[in-house]
Amino acid sequence: MKKRSWMTLGVALTFLATVWLAGCSSKEGGNGNGASGEPASGTASALESIKSRGKLVVGVKYDTKLFGLKDPASGNVEGFDVDIAKALAKELLGDETKIELKEVTSKTRIPMLNNNDIDIIVATMTITEERKKEVDFSDVYFKAGQSLLVKKGSPIKSIDDIKKGTKVLAVKGSTSVDNIKAKAPDATILEFDNYQDAFSALKAGQGDTLTTDNAILYGMAVQDPNFEVVGEPFTDEPYGIAIKKGATDLLNSVNAGLKKLHDSGEYDKIYEKWIGKAPSGE
Amino acid sequence: MPDIAIFTDNLEIYMKGFGNTVWASVIALLGSFALGTIIAVFRISSVKPLRWIGTAYVEFVRNIPLLLVVFVFYYGLPSVGVTLSGFICGTVGLTVYTASFVAEAIRAGIMSIPAGQTEAARASGLTYMQTMRHVVLPQAIKIVIPPLSNQFINLVKNSSVLGVFAGFDLMYYGDQVASKTYATFDTYLFVAALYLVLTIPLSLAALQLERRLAKNG
Repeated sequence: MKKRSWMTLGVALTFLATVWLAGCSSKEGGNGNGASGEPASGTASALESIKSRGKLVVGVKYDTKLFGLKDPASGNVEGFDVDIAKALAKELLGDETKIELKEVTSKTRIPMLNNNDIDIIVATMTITEERKKEVDFSDVYFKAGQSLLVKKGSPIKSIDDIKKGTKVLAVKGSTSVDNIKAKAPDATILEFDNYQDAFSALKAGQGDTLTTDNAILYGMAVQDPNFEVVGEPFTDEPYGIAIKKGATDLLNSVNAGLKKLHDSGEYDKIYEKWIGKAPSGE
Repeated sequence: MPDIAIFTDNLEIYMKGFGNTVWASVIALLGSFALGTIIAVFRISSVKPLRWIGTAYVEFVRNIPLLLVVFVFYYGLPSVGVTLSGFICGTVGLTVYTASFVAEAIRAGIMSIPAGQTEAARASGLTYMQTMRHVVLPQAIKIVIPPLSNQFINLVKNSSVLGVFAGFDLMYYGDQVASKTYATFDTYLFVAALYLVLTIPLSLAALQLERRLAKNG
């Protein structure tokens, strides 16, 4: 078993190196490498190895509210990402219990994927050009981005309602401060040390709206239902499922699985369970 | 060697914060001196309820962290319908907090004047207020100056609490510069230098005043 996984790793590394060297024609390079006499258990047939193993190994966050959070009492990891992963396991293997969750952080997730420790990453991972050089991404499964949290009934319905004198609460040193300054230069921005302080200030009426990533804002809205997230995200940070480069068959079946989840309404159900209201126009 | 460009490039931001820190400090200094004197008089008053109020104020306020005092004003007052900005809450909190220490310093100064002097003054027909004004306080002030100047230097430094409540002071803008430049150490080195610009003259002035009063005394 051990020997086999080392061999798999070896193949994978050789494969990666080939992809790296081959550059644009990476797909052809991958196939060429697969024919070099090594066993066909490398990434080229990632989907098959998952099927023969009978288990999908997924990297998720354990510390992120709403998306992947380990409940200290029960030990269960729960969240939007986790449910999406389970639904995908059902699509790929026919059973949502055929899944193994592994904890990843933003720092460890790509190395773990490329190390074959996990098959896919479903961990609040924003699709960026930079990351696309290292991993492949599925279609967008969550439209994250900077948004606004307001008290229910607030006249602020979107970024356009932020006028001169509107007090916008944010967290010191975050990119969300720069973004809101660019989008609404007339706003008065009040910066706090952390999200808890900023949210307390919003609750106390010290500001009109709180801005940061919508994933965090949804978490706050769950904490206190007197508040809601309004408007479409005004920055574009789409979350994707990361798959090892070159594992085209796995990528295709993940995308097919996502599409099925959308078509069957299962996606909307998961979305409503964690985020609140059903996603608009998707 | 700190990079002076961090200071010069962000001079405007630093100066905005510096100005607000000066304002908050001056207001809180005057306010806490006035309030502290009143509390001190309460604490040594022969009227029992006043003494209770004075003691309760001092023991309550000086024994909780300044951060929480301001916290009450910033996050607590809105629940009774009063919403004040971070600058005002910070300055008022600083005033209330420092007043408790000022009161103790003044009380200690007054207590150090032998009771015989008060008895003699009252026996000569002076009222309580007159005794205070003409006999006790002029002597007490000399004793009080060193501990008071300590409190006021602390006050200037404590004004950095405004930074936590979006009070636009030096610390608040210092955080902004640090997160913009990523030169955390250098950024706060200049913040520290600006605090020294305020506190060192304050120290020297107190020393000067002490000497002059000693001579005239």
